[in-house]
Amino acid sequence: MSNRKFIFVGLLISALLAGGASFYANSNPDGLEKVAQDIGFIETTKDNANSDTALADYGVKGIENERLSVGVAGLIGVVATGAISGGLFLLLRRKNPKN
Amino acid sequence: MHIPDGFIDLPTSAIFAAASAGAITYSLVGARKQLDEKSAPLAGLTAVFIFAVQMLNFPVAAGTSGHLLGGALAAVLVGPYAATLALTVVLVMQGFLFADGGLSAIGLNVFNMAVLGVWGGYAVFLLVRKILPKNKSSISIAAAIAGLISVPIAAIGFVFQYSLGATATFSVSAVLGAMVGTHILIGIGEAIITALTVSAVMASRSDLVFGWENKTSTLEIRN
Repeated sequence: MSNRKFIFVGLLISALLAGGASFYANSNPDGLEKVAQDIGFIETTKDNANSDTALADYGVKGIENERLSVGVAGLIGVVATGAISGGLFLLLRRKNPKN
Repeated sequence: MHIPDGFIDLPTSAIFAAASAGAITYSLVGARKQLDEKSAPLAGLTAVFIFAVQMLNFPVAAGTSGHLLGGALAAVLVGPYAATLALTVVLVMQGFLFADGGLSAIGLNVFNMAVLGVWGGYAVFLLVRKILPKNKSSISIAAAIAGLISVPIAAIGFVFQYSLGATATFSVSAVLGAMVGTHILIGIGEAIITALTVSAVMASRSDLVFGWENKTSTLEIRN
Protein backbone atom coordinates (compact mmCIF):
# COMPACT_ATOMS: atom_id res chain seq x y z
CA MET A 1 0.00 0.00 0.00
CA SER A 2 1.42 3.38 -0.98
CA ASN A 3 1.92 6.13 1.62
CA ARG A 4 -0.81 8.22 0.05
CA LYS A 5 -3.31 5.35 -0.03
CA PHE A 6 -2.49 4.33 3.55
CA ILE A 7 -3.15 7.85 4.88
CA PHE A 8 -6.33 8.13 2.79
CA VAL A 9 -7.70 4.82 4.12
CA GLY A 10 -6.81 5.84 7.68
CA LEU A 11 -8.60 9.16 7.33
CA LEU A 12 -11.62 7.46 5.78
CA ILE A 13 -11.87 4.98 8.69
CA SER A 14 -11.55 7.88 11.17
CA ALA A 15 -14.31 9.83 9.38
CA LEU A 16 -16.62 6.79 9.40
CA LEU A 17 -16.00 6.20 13.12
CA ALA A 18 -16.44 9.85 14.18
CA GLY A 19 -19.20 10.60 11.68
CA GLY A 20 -21.19 7.36 11.83
CA ALA A 21 -20.26 4.94 14.62
CA SER A 22 -20.13 7.68 17.28
CA PHE A 23 -23.97 7.71 17.39
CA TYR A 24 -23.82 4.23 18.94
CA ALA A 25 -21.33 5.16 21.67
CA ASN A 26 -22.32 4.20 25.21
CA SER A 27 -23.76 7.24 26.96
CA ASN A 28 -23.08 6.17 30.55
CA PRO A 29 -20.67 8.38 32.54
CA ASP A 30 -17.02 7.52 31.91
CA GLY A 31 -14.70 6.09 34.57
CA LEU A 32 -13.69 9.38 36.17
CA GLU A 33 -17.22 10.80 36.08
CA LYS A 34 -18.66 7.63 37.65
CA VAL A 35 -16.04 7.64 40.42
CA ALA A 36 -16.78 11.33 41.04
CA GLN A 37 -20.51 10.55 41.31
CA ASP A 38 -20.03 7.53 43.59
CA ILE A 39 -17.61 9.28 45.95
CA GLY A 40 -19.34 12.64 45.76
CA PHE A 41 -16.89 15.16 44.30
CA ILE A 42 -18.96 15.47 41.08
CA GLU A 43 -20.58 18.40 42.93
CA THR A 44 -17.39 20.42 42.45
CA THR A 45 -17.72 20.37 38.62
CA LYS A 46 -17.83 23.80 37.01
CA ASP A 47 -19.13 24.27 33.48
CA ASN A 48 -16.53 24.55 30.74
CA ALA A 49 -16.43 28.18 29.56
CA ASN A 50 -17.29 26.84 26.10
CA SER A 51 -20.21 24.70 27.27
CA ASP A 52 -22.74 26.81 25.34
CA THR A 53 -20.83 27.04 22.08
CA ALA A 54 -21.94 25.57 18.77
CA LEU A 55 -20.23 22.17 19.15
CA ALA A 56 -20.36 21.63 22.93
CA ASP A 57 -20.66 17.97 24.02
CA TYR A 58 -20.17 16.64 20.49
CA GLY A 59 -23.39 17.97 19.00
CA VAL A 60 -24.08 20.75 16.52
CA LYS A 61 -26.37 23.38 17.99
CA GLY A 62 -29.49 23.73 15.86
CA ILE A 63 -29.40 20.23 14.35
CA GLU A 64 -32.34 18.40 15.98
CA ASN A 65 -31.63 14.96 14.55
CA GLU A 66 -29.28 13.37 17.06
CA ARG A 67 -27.57 11.03 14.62
CA LEU A 68 -26.84 13.91 12.27
CA SER A 69 -25.82 16.26 15.08
CA VAL A 70 -23.15 13.98 16.60
CA GLY A 71 -22.04 12.79 13.16
CA VAL A 72 -21.43 16.29 11.82
CA ALA A 73 -19.70 17.27 15.08
CA GLY A 74 -17.46 14.21 14.72
CA LEU A 75 -16.59 15.06 11.11
CA ILE A 76 -15.79 18.66 12.08
CA GLY A 77 -13.52 17.28 14.81
CA VAL A 78 -11.76 14.98 12.34
CA VAL A 79 -11.13 17.84 9.90
CA ALA A 80 -10.01 20.26 12.64
CA THR A 81 -7.72 17.69 14.32
CA GLY A 82 -6.29 16.74 10.94
CA ALA A 83 -5.64 20.36 9.97
CA ILE A 84 -3.88 21.22 13.23
CA SER A 85 -1.88 18.00 13.69
CA GLY A 86 -1.12 17.72 9.98
CA GLY A 87 0.19 21.28 9.91
CA LEU A 88 2.22 20.79 13.10
CA PHE A 89 3.89 17.56 12.02
CA LEU A 90 4.61 18.74 8.49
CA LEU A 91 6.31 21.83 9.96
CA LEU A 92 8.36 19.64 12.31
CA ARG A 93 9.54 17.05 9.79
CA ARG A 94 13.03 16.89 8.35
CA LYS A 95 12.88 17.62 4.65
CA ASN A 96 16.01 15.70 3.67
CA PRO A 97 16.51 12.78 6.06
CA LYS A 98 19.73 11.65 4.31
CA ASN A 99 21.58 14.97 4.78
CA MET B 1 -10.89 10.56 32.02
CA HIS B 2 -11.19 14.21 30.92
CA ILE B 3 -11.08 16.28 34.12
CA PRO B 4 -13.69 19.09 34.07
CA ASP B 5 -13.13 22.54 35.57
CA GLY B 6 -13.58 22.66 39.34
CA PHE B 7 -12.28 19.25 40.53
CA ILE B 8 -8.72 20.49 41.09
CA ASP B 9 -7.82 23.96 42.41
CA LEU B 10 -6.16 26.57 40.21
CA PRO B 11 -2.66 26.58 41.81
CA THR B 12 -2.36 22.81 41.33
CA SER B 13 -3.73 23.11 37.78
CA ALA B 14 -1.10 25.78 37.06
CA ILE B 15 1.73 23.54 38.33
CA PHE B 16 0.64 20.73 36.02
CA ALA B 17 0.16 23.13 33.13
CA ALA B 18 3.81 24.15 33.58
CA ALA B 19 4.95 20.51 33.81
CA SER B 20 2.95 19.69 30.65
CA ALA B 21 4.43 22.69 28.84
CA GLY B 22 7.90 21.35 29.70
CA ALA B 23 7.01 17.89 28.38
CA ILE B 24 5.57 19.40 25.18
CA THR B 25 8.73 21.44 24.59
CA TYR B 26 10.88 18.32 25.13
CA SER B 27 8.64 16.40 22.70
CA LEU B 28 8.82 19.17 20.08
CA VAL B 29 12.62 18.93 20.14
CA GLY B 30 12.54 15.11 19.97
CA ALA B 31 9.89 14.96 17.23
CA ARG B 32 11.83 17.47 15.14
CA LYS B 33 14.83 15.13 15.12
CA GLN B 34 12.78 12.00 14.50
CA LEU B 35 10.01 12.88 12.02
CA ASP B 36 10.73 12.66 8.30
CA GLU B 37 8.69 12.76 5.09
CA LYS B 38 7.36 9.27 5.76
CA SER B 39 6.54 9.40 9.48
CA ALA B 40 5.10 12.94 9.70
CA PRO B 41 1.83 12.14 7.84
CA LEU B 42 1.33 9.04 10.03
CA ALA B 43 1.71 11.21 13.15
CA GLY B 44 -1.04 13.51 11.85
CA LEU B 45 -3.25 10.53 11.01
CA THR B 46 -2.66 9.08 14.49
CA ALA B 47 -4.06 12.24 16.11
CA VAL B 48 -7.14 12.12 13.85
CA PHE B 49 -7.74 8.41 14.51
CA ILE B 50 -7.41 8.84 18.28
CA PHE B 51 -9.84 11.77 18.22
CA ALA B 52 -12.36 9.61 16.32
CA VAL B 53 -12.00 6.53 18.53
CA GLN B 54 -12.17 8.60 21.73
CA MET B 55 -15.77 9.41 20.72
CA LEU B 56 -16.67 5.72 20.90
CA ASN B 57 -17.43 5.07 24.56
CA PHE B 58 -17.81 1.36 25.32
CA PRO B 59 -19.62 -0.10 28.37
CA VAL B 60 -17.32 -1.45 31.10
CA ALA B 61 -19.46 -2.17 34.17
CA ALA B 62 -22.94 -1.35 35.41
CA GLY B 63 -23.57 2.29 34.55
CA THR B 64 -19.99 3.06 33.52
CA SER B 65 -18.36 3.61 30.15
CA GLY B 66 -14.81 4.08 28.98
CA HIS B 67 -13.04 5.13 25.83
CA LEU B 68 -9.63 4.75 24.27
CA LEU B 69 -6.96 7.09 25.66
CA GLY B 70 -4.55 6.17 22.88
CA GLY B 71 -1.25 7.12 24.53
CA ALA B 72 0.36 3.69 24.25
CA LEU B 73 -1.09 3.19 20.75
CA ALA B 74 0.35 6.49 19.53
CA ALA B 75 3.75 5.83 21.15
CA VAL B 76 4.07 2.45 19.41
CA LEU B 77 2.95 3.82 16.03
CA VAL B 78 4.87 7.12 15.87
CA GLY B 79 7.21 7.19 18.89
CA PRO B 80 6.67 8.88 22.26
CA TYR B 81 7.65 12.42 21.18
CA ALA B 82 5.15 12.68 18.33
CA ALA B 83 2.63 10.74 20.47
CA THR B 84 2.74 13.38 23.24
CA LEU B 85 2.16 16.09 20.61
CA ALA B 86 -0.66 14.15 18.88
CA LEU B 87 -2.49 13.54 22.17
CA THR B 88 -2.01 17.18 23.16
CA VAL B 89 -3.61 18.36 19.90
CA VAL B 90 -6.56 16.02 20.54
CA LEU B 91 -7.03 17.22 24.14
CA VAL B 92 -6.81 20.92 23.24
CA MET B 93 -9.32 20.42 20.41
CA GLN B 94 -11.71 18.55 22.71
CA GLY B 95 -11.51 21.20 25.42
CA PHE B 96 -11.93 24.24 23.17
CA LEU B 97 -14.21 22.94 20.41
CA PHE B 98 -16.35 20.36 22.22
CA ALA B 99 -16.22 21.53 25.87
CA ASP B 100 -14.85 18.04 26.79
CA GLY B 101 -12.41 18.53 29.68
CA GLY B 102 -12.13 21.84 31.50
CA LEU B 103 -10.10 24.70 30.06
CA SER B 104 -8.37 25.29 33.40
CA ALA B 105 -7.80 21.51 33.52
CA ILE B 106 -6.04 21.21 30.15
CA GLY B 107 -2.63 21.03 31.82
CA LEU B 108 -3.90 18.30 34.17
CA ASN B 109 -5.40 16.31 31.30
CA VAL B 110 -2.33 16.69 29.07
CA PHE B 111 -0.16 15.52 31.98
CA ASN B 112 -2.25 12.38 32.62
CA MET B 113 -3.01 11.30 29.06
CA ALA B 114 -0.39 12.88 26.78
CA VAL B 115 2.57 12.55 29.18
CA LEU B 116 1.93 9.73 31.70
CA GLY B 117 -0.22 7.66 29.31
CA VAL B 118 2.26 8.01 26.45
CA TRP B 119 5.58 7.61 28.29
CA GLY B 120 4.27 5.10 30.85
CA GLY B 121 2.71 3.07 28.05
CA TYR B 122 5.90 3.30 25.97
CA ALA B 123 8.05 2.12 28.90
CA VAL B 124 5.80 -0.93 29.37
CA PHE B 125 5.93 -1.58 25.61
CA LEU B 126 9.75 -1.56 25.59
CA LEU B 127 9.91 -3.90 28.61
CA VAL B 128 7.44 -6.42 27.16
CA ARG B 129 9.03 -6.26 23.69
CA LYS B 130 12.36 -7.16 25.28
CA ILE B 131 10.91 -10.34 26.84
CA LEU B 132 8.94 -11.56 23.80
CA PRO B 133 10.40 -13.21 20.68
CA LYS B 134 11.44 -10.79 17.95
CA ASN B 135 8.53 -11.11 15.55
CA LYS B 136 5.59 -9.06 14.30
CA SER B 137 2.90 -10.50 16.57
CA SER B 138 5.03 -9.64 19.61
CA ILE B 139 4.68 -5.96 18.69
CA SER B 140 0.87 -6.19 18.88
CA ILE B 141 0.98 -8.13 22.16
CA ALA B 142 3.45 -5.69 23.73
CA ALA B 143 1.29 -2.77 22.53
CA ALA B 144 -1.83 -4.37 24.06
CA ILE B 145 -0.18 -4.82 27.46
CA ALA B 146 1.16 -1.26 27.26
CA GLY B 147 -2.37 -0.04 26.51
CA LEU B 148 -3.83 -2.03 29.40
CA ILE B 149 -1.38 -0.60 31.96
CA SER B 150 -1.31 2.95 30.55
CA VAL B 151 -4.93 3.55 31.59
CA PRO B 152 -4.52 2.91 35.36
CA ILE B 153 -1.22 4.88 35.13
CA ALA B 154 -3.17 7.90 33.80
CA ALA B 155 -5.84 7.32 36.47
CA ILE B 156 -3.18 7.37 39.20
CA GLY B 157 -2.02 10.68 37.70
CA PHE B 158 -5.46 12.08 38.47
CA VAL B 159 -5.37 10.68 42.03
CA PHE B 160 -1.99 12.38 42.55
CA GLN B 161 -3.47 15.68 41.36
CA TYR B 162 -6.51 15.11 43.60
CA SER B 163 -4.25 14.50 46.60
CA LEU B 164 -2.45 17.79 45.97
CA GLY B 165 -5.30 20.10 45.07
CA ALA B 166 -8.80 18.64 45.30
CA THR B 167 -11.54 21.18 45.95
CA ALA B 168 -13.52 18.38 47.69
CA THR B 169 -12.46 16.68 50.93
CA PHE B 170 -13.20 12.99 50.28
CA SER B 171 -10.39 10.62 51.26
CA VAL B 172 -7.59 10.11 48.74
CA SER B 173 -7.45 6.37 49.40
CA ALA B 174 -11.14 5.99 48.49
CA VAL B 175 -10.53 7.88 45.24
CA LEU B 176 -7.42 5.79 44.54
CA GLY B 177 -9.22 2.46 44.98
CA ALA B 178 -12.21 3.47 42.85
CA MET B 179 -10.11 5.08 40.09
CA VAL B 180 -7.67 2.17 39.73
CA GLY B 181 -10.40 -0.49 39.89
CA THR B 182 -12.55 1.18 37.23
CA HIS B 183 -9.62 2.01 34.96
CA ILE B 184 -8.19 -1.51 34.94
CA LEU B 185 -11.52 -2.51 33.36
CA ILE B 186 -11.30 0.34 30.86
CA GLY B 187 -7.70 -0.75 30.23
CA ILE B 188 -8.98 -4.08 28.85
CA GLY B 189 -10.90 -2.17 26.16
CA GLU B 190 -7.80 -0.03 25.57
CA ALA B 191 -5.71 -3.20 25.12
CA ILE B 192 -8.14 -4.67 22.56
CA ILE B 193 -8.38 -1.48 20.47
CA THR B 194 -4.60 -0.94 20.67
CA ALA B 195 -3.86 -4.53 19.58
CA LEU B 196 -6.35 -4.42 16.68
CA THR B 197 -5.01 -1.11 15.40
CA VAL B 198 -1.32 -2.03 15.71
CA SER B 199 -2.00 -5.41 14.05
CA ALA B 200 -3.77 -3.71 11.14
CA VAL B 201 -0.90 -1.28 10.57
CA MET B 202 1.70 -4.06 10.99
CA ALA B 203 -0.15 -6.12 8.37
CA SER B 204 -0.37 -3.31 5.81
CA ARG B 205 2.68 -1.09 6.43
CA SER B 206 4.93 -2.49 9.17
CA ASP B 207 7.74 -0.22 7.93
CA LEU B 208 5.78 2.77 9.28
CA VAL B 209 5.51 1.38 12.83
CA PHE B 210 7.99 3.16 15.13
CA GLY B 211 7.97 0.35 17.71
CA TRP B 212 8.94 -2.16 15.02
CA GLU B 213 11.21 -0.03 12.85
CA ASN B 214 13.12 1.08 15.91
CA LYS B 215 14.39 -2.46 16.43
CA THR B 216 15.46 -2.98 12.83
CA SER B 217 17.23 0.36 12.65
CA THR B 218 19.21 -0.56 15.79
CA LEU B 219 20.31 -3.72 14.01
CA GLU B 220 21.31 -1.70 10.94
CA ILE B 221 23.62 0.48 13.03
CA ARG B 222 25.43 -2.58 14.36
CA ASN B 223 26.13 -3.91 10.86
